[in-house]
Amino acid sequence: MVENKIEVESRGLNLWYGDMQALKDITITMPENKVTAIIGPSGCGKSTFIRCINRMNDLIKDCRVTGELLFEGRNVYDKSVDAVLLRKKIGMVFQKPNPFPMSIYDNIAYGPRLHGTRNKEELDRIVEDALKSSALWHEIHDKLDRSALDLSGGQQQRLCIARTLAVKPKVILFDEPCSALDPISTAKIEDLIGNLKRDYTIVIVTHNMQQAARVSDYTAFFLLGELVEFGKTKQIFEMPEKKSTEDYITGRFG
Amino acid sequence: MTAGTLISPATSNKAAMVMLWASASIAVLILTFILGYILIRGIGVVNLSFLLGSPRLSGAEGGVLPAIVGTFCLMVVAMLSAVPIGIGAAIYLAEYAPKSVMTGIITFGVECLAGVPSIVIGLFGYAFLVIYLGFGFSIISGGLALMFMVLPWIVRVSEESIKAVPMGIREGSFALGATKWQTMWRVVLPGAVPGIMTGVILGVGKAIGETAVIMFTAGSSLLMPSSLFDPVRALPYHLYILASEGISDQMAYGSSVVLLAMVLLINLAAIAIQKRYGRQYGRK
Amino acid sequence: MTQKLGERIIEAFLFVSAATAVTVVAMITIFLVREGLPVIVKVGVANFGLGMKWNPIAMTGEPSYGIFPMIVASFYVAIGSLVLAVPLGLACAVFLAEIAPAGVRSIIKHAVELLVGIPSVILGFVGLVLLVPFIRDHFGGWGFSILACSIILAIMALPRIISVSDDAIRAVPKDYKEASFALGATHWYTIRKVIVPSARSGIVAAVILAMATSIGETMAVLMVAGNVSMLPSPIYDILDPVRPMTANIALEMNYATGDHAQALFATGVVLFIVVAVLDAISHKALKSKMGVER
Ligand SMILES: Nc1ncnc2c1ncn2[C@@H]1O[C@H](COP(=O)(O)OP(=O)(O)O)[C@@H](O)[C@H]1O
Ligand SMILES: [Mg+2]
Repeated sequence: MVENKIEVESRGLNLWYGDMQALKDITITMPENKVTAIIGPSGCGKSTFIRCINRMNDLIKDCRVTGELLFEGRNVYDKSVDAVLLRKKIGMVFQKPNPFPMSIYDNIAYGPRLHGTRNKEELDRIVEDALKSSALWHEIHDKLDRSALDLSGGQQQRLCIARTLAVKPKVILFDEPCSALDPISTAKIEDLIGNLKRDYTIVIVTHNMQQAARVSDYTAFFLLGELVEFGKTKQIFEMPEKKSTEDYITGRFG
Repeated sequence: MTAGTLISPATSNKAAMVMLWASASIAVLILTFILGYILIRGIGVVNLSFLLGSPRLSGAEGGVLPAIVGTFCLMVVAMLSAVPIGIGAAIYLAEYAPKSVMTGIITFGVECLAGVPSIVIGLFGYAFLVIYLGFGFSIISGGLALMFMVLPWIVRVSEESIKAVPMGIREGSFALGATKWQTMWRVVLPGAVPGIMTGVILGVGKAIGETAVIMFTAGSSLLMPSSLFDPVRALPYHLYILASEGISDQMAYGSSVVLLAMVLLINLAAIAIQKRYGRQYGRK
Repeated sequence: MTQKLGERIIEAFLFVSAATAVTVVAMITIFLVREGLPVIVKVGVANFGLGMKWNPIAMTGEPSYGIFPMIVASFYVAIGSLVLAVPLGLACAVFLAEIAPAGVRSIIKHAVELLVGIPSVILGFVGLVLLVPFIRDHFGGWGFSILACSIILAIMALPRIISVSDDAIRAVPKDYKEASFALGATHWYTIRKVIVPSARSGIVAAVILAMATSIGETMAVLMVAGNVSMLPSPIYDILDPVRPMTANIALEMNYATGDHAQALFATGVVLFIVVAVLDAISHKALKSKMGVER
């Protein structure tokens, strides 16, 4: 069995919100071009964990992190790491679609423009590529100058994915990307994630067990801020080692 | 409820409802009456030669153009200085300042300044701008004094509008590798613009109608100003002088109509903007 | 790295903007005290604050700078305005929040917003040409009076009281109202016993704030007060003219010099303190309510 290179790795990661410890000694490896799912009941620290990877937690006051989170061989919490550059390489899609109040085109061009692309043809190409990769192109290629807020929820979420792709990250983080969507839109996004892993390393938080089983290669089960079990998805779902994992997966709690 | 023993609850409920309707009607009537009275008495005075003419005999005859120009100049100086500073302060308070002692002090300062009576701001403007800085009675003194008055208002509405922009939008921008200022400038501020615009326009209305602040900062010259350091007499001050010195009731009514029209148009514009764009983010 | 530097510069600029308001407040305090304090020290705090006689340009003998009648006048007209505006304003707010159909509500709301925007000098002018003659003809006296002041200030205070009370009433949780209805109470009974009491602290804050605003108002009172710097006699005679502190400053600042000008600044100091204290009380009232709700 050929193991992929490890892209992201957390080693003994702890996180506090003020006095409350939300993550306790988390150690996980996330291999390149694979989908790693984080599952667990609500409030167990899934979002908190995934937001550590691109340092979105920096925005929260009183949030303190110890331990290591390695990306490209460096601890992202190192003083020398610029969170802004880090986020360029590690994109994120949120639970609630959050398109900017501007046109579809401008939404996607936002990142590239931010990072210095001014050339119109180049932007056009980036926008088209991103929309094609997120399976939106054929639906909206003729209304790029319409407000992104006019799209349906599912389209908005795929737009947010396209927006992330346009920055050409290495890793994409998904925080419950389908929980606000209908089943059809959910299926589209799951397909999309399956395709994206060819080019990107993906980490997805979900509280939907079937979704984790369908899309992921590795699964980590969190409970009350601790990592209970981590392994190949097949193994976690078919023969979990821990009792609490089995209870959760079989729907006995959570 | 002593009345309850004599009158049935249903009756007293009815009576109360009638009373509440009546109070609201009285309030609306007062407004209509004041506006109507001024308009009826003054509208006949207002014509082109009144609007575009210069006053003669201390304003007993002629027009009010210098006062309109004076008001306009003062307002422009006030807004040009208050808007950037106010929005900057609002951004700092809403986005940059951690909830610290510093923010506490700044917010306290804004609240304090909002509470300072306008005549006190006028006194300060006189002592500081007119005398201490040597600006004399001038557009610049009056305009800056007005700025002190509208600044807290601009800060407050801007801060509210900025805070009303949903967190998710900011996160989306940060997640794409935007810096704080890029996020602020490219997505948060554009989202807050309608609210800020409404606030700024209402601020213009306040600045135009204000008298006590400019009484002893802007001067009372009835000549056309030719520089920022020339004195002017704002329209509301002109109205005050006409009325209180008994120079001419006719001219005072006419000036009132012009002033009212300016202020009402501005307020209506603000309401229209609010109606048109206010719901972008589903603000209450 | 240049990006980092740019961000720092912007933050510095934003900080300076944010600090402007505090700086201005500090400078107002410094300048008022610098200009006003010497004369207070010279004539004595008691002679200034409690002195009955304001005679800044004495032809013979010493000038006197007593502002006690003006302090009384400021409070007198402000309280008078509240007596008129609070019941009416509260009734309007209840009407808006609880009874008015949506269409009527939006019309009145806008009317109220417009009323806030009317420049006070126009209200003062209306007072001068309508109210003063009316009072003179129907109640007697000179017309320029505490009563005229209070009415004009009430008209100014009304919209503020309405809109803040309306907000406070609408913030009362719907459950309270439903619970009361479910017990068989009429709408009016519910308003009186449940809704208004729950909104009380918000309303109290609005009223105190309105009082501060009235005390700080200049133009509207200046034009109808009569500006006589004596206590009304007898003290309850609301048809007597008075001179509130704001009017004192506005009337004499243009020609005052020396001690006289300083005495006007000192009047400003007193005014500033009174209004600041009222504002602080109003904030306290709002804050304490928040504390309970959480
Ligand atoms: N900004 C925050 N400040 C304080 N506590 C927080 C914050 N965000 C989340 N928490 C707490 O941290 C724990 C984990 O939350 P979260 O990571 O959002 O859980 P999940 O995404 O698994 O539902 C919860 O107890 C939550 O209340
Ligand atoms: Mg979550």
